[in-house]
Amino acid sequence: MESLEKILIQHPFVEGLPSEHIQLILGCAKNVVFEPGKYLFKENEEANSFYIIRSGKVALEIYSPEVGSIIIQTLGEGEIIGWSWMVPPYQWRFDARAIELTRVIELDGTCLRNKCETDPSLGYEIMKRLANVFEQRINAMRIQLLDLYGKK
Amino acid sequence: MDVMIPTTYKVQKFFKETHDTFTIELKSIENKNGFSFEPGQFNMIYIFGVGEIPISISGDPNKHGVLVHTTRAVGTVTREMAKLKKDGIVGIRGPFGKPWPIKEAVGNDILLIAGGIGLAPLRPVIYHVLSHREYYGKIILLYGARTPQDILYRKELERLKSRLDIDIIVTVDRAVKNWTGNVGVVTTLIPRAPFDPINTTAMICGPEIMMRYTIVELLKRGLAKENIFVSMERNMKCGVGFCGHCQYGTEFICKDGPVFSYKEIEHLFGKREI
Ligand SMILES: Cc1cc2nc3c(=O)[nH]c(=O)nc-3n(C[C@H](O)[C@H](O)[C@H](O)COP(=O)(O)OP(=O)(O)OC[C@H]3O[C@@H](n4cnc5c(N)ncnc54)[C@H](O)[C@@H]3O)c2cc1C
Ligand code: FES
Repeated sequence: MESLEKILIQHPFVEGLPSEHIQLILGCAKNVVFEPGKYLFKENEEANSFYIIRSGKVALEIYSPEVGSIIIQTLGEGEIIGWSWMVPPYQWRFDARAIELTRVIELDGTCLRNKCETDPSLGYEIMKRLANVFEQRINAMRIQLLDLYGKK
Repeated sequence: MDVMIPTTYKVQKFFKETHDTFTIELKSIENKNGFSFEPGQFNMIYIFGVGEIPISISGDPNKHGVLVHTTRAVGTVTREMAKLKKDGIVGIRGPFGKPWPIKEAVGNDILLIAGGIGLAPLRPVIYHVLSHREYYGKIILLYGARTPQDILYRKELERLKSRLDIDIIVTVDRAVKNWTGNVGVVTTLIPRAPFDPINTTAMICGPEIMMRYTIVELLKRGLAKENIFVSMERNMKCGVGFCGHCQYGTEFICKDGPVFSYKEIEHLFGKREI
């Protein structure tokens, strides 16, 4: 557990969290490796995990019968994947596939949710950090929608 | 020499880069001394009987024998230009405009951020900094294209990527499963790009909206406004500050730019009425 703690505290998502919160999060954490091509999860599966990427690259994909899988975004070192574990009905809305060998810290969603419910200060910290990620992703998505390099 | 009279050049090579972009290599018919320019400068290219447009020089500033332009076919002149063939004739006036700050950036990390065809005006900077490698810190290129098929100079980028003294990160707006690179807008690469914000000169070229959001991210990382440079585009006629066509607030893009520091044009940048 000690080495997992070392790894976790270096990640930008938990930067600045007090050690008691880190300990609470660690209780829900495990170290997982995905080989290239392996799925972290697929659309419509139960969303019960939250991933903190340590290294590698993950493609978020939506499948369309006409085109196949379309990559909507890739995420890498220092980023996080998934908030469906926080929001009912706790179901993934897209696929996540490792493009490279990817090392993550996987947090058990139910475990983390329960800890957030019983310790609102932890819950608030996690929500603040997630809100920050939402904001960045929504902004990026808006710019992506502008089709910047296409015809004017 | 009259700056308003074009010199004739012959097309030596013409090649398609992507479905809507092409590169021409030109050789002067009249002037045997070759052509000198600084990275970031542009030429007015005259397609006889059609019209004249500003296009940045995208070749190697150390090679004086050949003049290189990469163009995206978007309208009347550029579409006609796309029909050029070997031995075709064009008129050239130039080089014009203020270059990228490659001399001022000596000692700094160099961060190049390009979107779409915006890589063309930055390519001479890549050639320059790599041929004067010892004068610069890290060299990083962040490049955003629409899809993997729209990546400009793809083979050259792949070759450069294998060098150990330049970081090249490419991202596309959309891709299907066989693409193993990044997907997302170019601004998403900035938070984790490996440069030192205190000693970095950033040079950005792409559509104006892309440059706007890129600047926001660079300021968040702590870059100073005077170390952020952009290349601006407006319609041009004379290219040398006579006609006022390219006026941008108090500046003329053809002679005061096209390269400006963000500090110089912050008060104009993104303003709708300008
Ligand atoms: C300093 C400077 C450097 C430039 N360097 C390059 C370069 O290296 N390569 C290059 O391809 N272009 C470059 N441009 C842009 C280029 O000058 C224009 O694309 C060109 O003038 C368009 O002329 P046209 O007659 O083909 O299009 P027009 O007939 O004038 O326009 C037709 C349509 O295309 C749209 N359009 C015009 N310009 C653009 C554009 N830039 N992008 C998308 N749509 C456009 C217009 O809104 C219009 O709807 C540069 C511009 C400047 C000012
Ligand atoms: S194009 Fe004539 S003043 Fe700039």
